[in-house]
Amino acid sequence: MKRGDIASKILFLCASFSTLIVFLIIIFLLREGISALNWNFLMGMVWSPHKNLYGIFPTLLGTLVVVAGAIIIATAIGVPCAVFLAEFSPFWLRNMIKSTVEVLVGVPSVVIGFFGLIVIIPFIRNNLGGRGESILAGWIVLAIMSLPHIISLSEDAIRAVPTSYRQASLALGATKWQTVRRAVLPSASSGMRAAIVLGVGRAVGETMAVLMVVGNPETPWIPTGVLDRVRVLTSTIAIEFSYAEWGSPHQYALFAIGVVLFFIVVALNLVATFVIRRRNWNG
Amino acid sequence: MNGNEITPGQAMQDVFEEFRIDGAVNKVVFRDFNLWYGENHVLKDISVEIKSNIITSIMGPSGCGKSTFLRAIDRMNDIIPECRTSGQVFIDEDNVYAEDVDVYELRKRVGMVFQKPNPFPQSVYDNVAYGVRIHGMANGRELDEAVERSLRMAALWDEVSDRLDESALTLSGGQQQRLCIARALAVEPEILLMDEPCSALDPIATAKIETLMRSLQEKYTVVLVTHNLQQAARVSDMTAFMYIGEVVEFGRTKDLFENPEKELTENYITGKFG
Repeated sequence: MKRGDIASKILFLCASFSTLIVFLIIIFLLREGISALNWNFLMGMVWSPHKNLYGIFPTLLGTLVVVAGAIIIATAIGVPCAVFLAEFSPFWLRNMIKSTVEVLVGVPSVVIGFFGLIVIIPFIRNNLGGRGESILAGWIVLAIMSLPHIISLSEDAIRAVPTSYRQASLALGATKWQTVRRAVLPSASSGMRAAIVLGVGRAVGETMAVLMVVGNPETPWIPTGVLDRVRVLTSTIAIEFSYAEWGSPHQYALFAIGVVLFFIVVALNLVATFVIRRRNWNG
Repeated sequence: MNGNEITPGQAMQDVFEEFRIDGAVNKVVFRDFNLWYGENHVLKDISVEIKSNIITSIMGPSGCGKSTFLRAIDRMNDIIPECRTSGQVFIDEDNVYAEDVDVYELRKRVGMVFQKPNPFPQSVYDNVAYGVRIHGMANGRELDEAVERSLRMAALWDEVSDRLDESALTLSGGQQQRLCIARALAVEPEILLMDEPCSALDPIATAKIETLMRSLQEKYTVVLVTHNLQQAARVSDMTAFMYIGEVVEFGRTKDLFENPEKELTENYITGKFG
């Protein structure tokens, strides 16, 4: 056996290892969670471990509401920010904003949650009423967390638009803004959509920061306003796993929540890949 | 030699050619024009007169400033932050570099076609309609007509009339380049600048574009940058030879190729450098 063969085998083992881990997680999740996963579980209105009722519909809805609102906020701020960075900002300002945004990626989510707890929640309580722990607080915290991803991926997408499109547009007598709006952004839109989808994936899976600000009522209900407390899927697992009895239906229900989360995130990633592929296919 | 005998018919044609070129009026006039990119002096004391309704080609080795020369006409060099100029460029009577010039109007007057075909990743129709919409020149039925007219002028209508809704990127390279020409013509320019429009194309596509250029000169002033000597000789009426930022020689294409005045020009034409 040649020496090069050994090296390539070792590399192959390392490569397989990460794939193997993913498969092990999937198998483990499904084995533990599949028994509790059924129609009553997904559509059930009541989650009450004491009464042996495990319906996640209010929690599922809470998750969707919190994530959707957060993404709308993050998109509304992040996309214009990306456009500014990629097309209009002077070099030094772009560097400054980008490095700040990158710091935001590195901030541990528990720290952002802490910020939400100490700044956002009292602010909401004092100005808008309610307990402060609310959907709105979840929106803000999650928007802060997905913002840097949306900004940097959208900016990449905009900057990847060939200069030749910009030149063609300017040479036709378009202004800078017309060029950005009509030539650059349409060409970058698939990349920006992918950025948003990945931001959603990040928001769905986020646990700690959300847990700290959304209130997590013991018996979740269908929210009626943005100041309502909600429960999200991830925080349910994080809060209840410590006291769920080993081998009980409660524990299996929590695993089933994990399965649901897993499928949501996989679906989002598939959507993102599809969107990116389509861009390449378009040339 | 037999091939060089001049028949009376040919002599007449030559005379007509001479009238056509000599009788043309000045369209673009460079006067003591200089351009710098930062410290780099790219165009040096350019003073030339480009005539209307003929094809003028600019040739020269890479880096001689021929593309910059072309872009000086529609001020596309403005995009480069460190670009400075002195002197004037006139289109008809208007100094392009005057303070109160609206560059967007200027670029509408002066169409540009680039080296690599650069249609937008949008439909064929939207590509041609792009400039028309930007300038608010037409919509609805009128826009349809403008698109068709431009595509016909670019000799592309017959090939794409049934696929206007398809992505422009599905067209062949030569079709894409003619689409870019149609897109430029759609805003009804007076001048058409072409920056090595055939360098990315195969010989058949090149021939089509050259024929097209010939038909366009009736309505437009065409300025063509090319590194292809044969192309300059084939399609243009007048030719400028540029070398390191200067126009070395400028005259009728026939004269320039047959009896160059400067040794530098002769060396370039005969392939001693370039």
